[in-house]
Amino acid sequence: MHNSTIAQLAEGLRAGRFSSLELTQVFLQRIGQLDPGLNCYVTVTAEQALAEARAADARLAAGNAGPLTGIPISQKDIFCTQGVRTSCGSRMLDSFVAPYDATVVERFKQAGAVMLGKLNMDEFAMGSSNETSFYGPVRNPWDTGCVPGGSSGGSAAAVAARLTPGATGTDTGGSIRQPASFCGITGIKPTYGRVSRWGMIAFASSLDQGGPMARTAEDCALMLQVMAGFDERDSTSVDRPVPDYRAALGGSVEGLRIGLPKEFFGEGLDGEIATVLQQAIDELRKLGATVHEISLPNMGLSVPAYYVVAPAECSSNLARYDGVRFGYRCEAPKDLHDLYCRSRGEGFGAEVKRRILIGTYALSAGYYDAYYLKAQKIRRLISDDFRKAFEQVDVIVGPTAPSVAFKFGEKTADPIAMYLSDIYTIAVNLAGLPGMSVPVGFSGQLPVGMQLIGNYFDEARLLNVAHRYQQVTDWQTRAPEGCA
Amino acid sequence: MEWETVIGLEVHAQLATRSKIFSGAATAYGAEPNTQACAIDLGLPGVLPVLNREAVRMAVKFGLAIGARIAPTSVFARKNYFYPDLPKGYQISQYDLPVVATGQMTITVDGALKTIGITRAHLEEDAGKSLHEDFHGSTGIDLNRAGTPLLEIVSEPDLRSAKEAVAYMKKLHALVRYLEICDGNMQEGSFRCDANVSVRRKGESRFGTRAEIKNLNSFRFVERAINFEVERQIELIEGGGAVVQETRLYDSVKDETRSMRSKEEANDYRYFPDPDLLPLEIGAALIDEVRATLPELPDAKQQRFRSDYALSDYDAEVLTATRELADFYEAVVRSANCDAKLCANWVMGDLSAALNEANLEITASRVDADRLAGLLQRIADDTISGKLAKQVFETMWQEGATADAIIEREGLRQITDSSAIEAIIDRIMADNPGQLAQYRAGKDKLFGFFVGQAMKATQGKANPQQLNELLKRKLDA
Repeated sequence: MHNSTIAQLAEGLRAGRFSSLELTQVFLQRIGQLDPGLNCYVTVTAEQALAEARAADARLAAGNAGPLTGIPISQKDIFCTQGVRTSCGSRMLDSFVAPYDATVVERFKQAGAVMLGKLNMDEFAMGSSNETSFYGPVRNPWDTGCVPGGSSGGSAAAVAARLTPGATGTDTGGSIRQPASFCGITGIKPTYGRVSRWGMIAFASSLDQGGPMARTAEDCALMLQVMAGFDERDSTSVDRPVPDYRAALGGSVEGLRIGLPKEFFGEGLDGEIATVLQQAIDELRKLGATVHEISLPNMGLSVPAYYVVAPAECSSNLARYDGVRFGYRCEAPKDLHDLYCRSRGEGFGAEVKRRILIGTYALSAGYYDAYYLKAQKIRRLISDDFRKAFEQVDVIVGPTAPSVAFKFGEKTADPIAMYLSDIYTIAVNLAGLPGMSVPVGFSGQLPVGMQLIGNYFDEARLLNVAHRYQQVTDWQTRAPEGCA
Repeated sequence: MEWETVIGLEVHAQLATRSKIFSGAATAYGAEPNTQACAIDLGLPGVLPVLNREAVRMAVKFGLAIGARIAPTSVFARKNYFYPDLPKGYQISQYDLPVVATGQMTITVDGALKTIGITRAHLEEDAGKSLHEDFHGSTGIDLNRAGTPLLEIVSEPDLRSAKEAVAYMKKLHALVRYLEICDGNMQEGSFRCDANVSVRRKGESRFGTRAEIKNLNSFRFVERAINFEVERQIELIEGGGAVVQETRLYDSVKDETRSMRSKEEANDYRYFPDPDLLPLEIGAALIDEVRATLPELPDAKQQRFRSDYALSDYDAEVLTATRELADFYEAVVRSANCDAKLCANWVMGDLSAALNEANLEITASRVDADRLAGLLQRIADDTISGKLAKQVFETMWQEGATADAIIEREGLRQITDSSAIEAIIDRIMADNPGQLAQYRAGKDKLFGFFVGQAMKATQGKANPQQLNELLKRKLDA
């Protein structure tokens, strides 16, 4: 059962081959068995899950079930869940229980999905390896000596290890796509504004976007259908009809114009990854796509621009964690200043503090123009590059990450090296475009991901291309040893 | 040495919306601490602001009333600083692109008109309150006020005295109440200001170094704080010192300003556009819609009162001080349909005195406009004298009855029948032959004695003018 996709499970539930309760029990049992070695879950909500499964079974029996009714899914621990701790991977929120559900959580509940638990992540989504979590790193199921990627590392590893059929993730600079690539699963970061950010704890508000992570594009389509849509509680969410993503999967790839940015295939890309990618592009060509070389000349500026904008916003977004109203508070503060300094000093980890400092500096009087304003201008240039590219092609294809999953500790001493692991994903967030990672093979025993980038609100096309590819390949069906 | 004072005011007007500027929580004053603060006001993780449309309309209304440009695009920015009653660690405000830009207002000081420039007005959220009493050395936080919409109205440094500053603030106060965008309650902090004060030698074109006096919440405090500050700065400079740029607090008990923090200690607010809110776009349609709701403004009303009711500048100014008072006055005039000046005298005189004494607003007057008009009609048609009318008014105030009912019940109807008055005069003359003889012998002062006797005999009801005439004629006969 655990090897089935969401689409297959949904069909099984509707056909009555098994109940949601049985399905949920299978996954809870697997979590109990395998998660101690992987550390994907911060919180397992077994009792609540069983209750939701029973309710879903009743709905299925009553015939008013939706596509996801009775399907177990898990939430990245950045989405607020009423009554269940939302830690954001931080000591700061180790005891925080939100009095509300995030819009994404609420929508899954309404759809009748069953929440298995909350997934581990880099602290406040700041990290590319899941090594910054207060709850310890998540292990990559393909090689437990390697990182799962980040920040949605718990989500990616849990899906890969069959500890959940689908998970939510968030992506600020690659946090859905890079771990999806490292763990050999499928994940999509929608257009900025497509999925509500209400109740999704902010890292960098102008870049953060929630999205689905699952084994196949079809499963991502089913999940995105539930997640996407206007929400009046999020002023940046876009009021625009949500297409039928699953229906769009059947479209043809014949005549699809694929752009390959030369900046994505140059120096810095691992040779084996380049080879694997080339094979995937050949598959797309066989399906009728045409391939064009394009250029995104300002790509090289995306990492520095991102590491001004994202920390600047984070320095402000994380100011609310001050030990006054909720979250971690230091023992016996001497005075207000001491309360602030020690609560934040003890409650935040090193990477979060580093980014708060960078961001505070970038916004300071006298530096604002040189850093923040300049970065915003670069952002515009990068968006323009993409705009021009999409005048020539329908989808941009490239690597998701410059390497496969790396070893624990390999990059922790060098933040810049760590930041560069998002070099191919960051520009997409800066421009607010949808981006996706699809498993396309292996380098050694570790998965390789291909990134698809679409025009604004073109999620349906990305899912369609990925689905057609997955119909003629089987990378998405591969399971890590011991997880099958 | 002659000194010139330069003042600019930053007025914070709390907008009279029902809910907060970025959340649905209520804004009513005086609720139990922290009962009017929702997850958004508390700054819980994951919450997001959504702009209150009504607050925007009110800002536009204000902008139109001062002839300002309404920005087609304005931007909300975060002002970052740590304080326990600032839940998010930043205040959402507007920085380089405010919603209202460059308007003006005219004030009158000592009979002279002066135009004061208004640099800008922007929307922002208020912070909560820190409560230092009753917590045994700790501080309590009440977040009911957090997220309350404010319109910050920034003047040019055009004010040259405490008196001008107060006149400007009063004018602004009247305006926001006319527009019904602020309740103007200064005790509750709905209308308060920061004053930027500096001095310079007469003739000097550059501004002196300014001090900012924070949070002045009464007209009296504005005047006293500025006057103190001006004295302090002049003394300092004349003593060879220099003013430092700093924030100061006014202590109303000691009547002095004290340093709060210097420029060096000032926060770097690290303003940047709030990524949770889209730029605020205001189109012509909204502006037209709001323009249609603009009431007659104080200056126009004053002008109309002068011409329509032939009132003096002073009367027109007093009667248009608030929209409610002006409405009351016009209701009296309409209903009484008599001398508008008489109406003005009564509204500004006896009625205002009674309201003051009872500490009531005009809208809560115990004698409403129709009833006051009823009384004034009886004065106009000579049913009662002005003097008796005061007595009737007092009874009306106490009992709430109409003037006619009281006049009837107490038999106060004025005696205007000449023959009746003559008969009384004849009797008094007959009863007081000695006084009559003395009067006729030239003791004119005794005229008053006869008036008094006649009034006593009629219980004050004789028409005074008529009585005087008849008495004179008979005594001198």
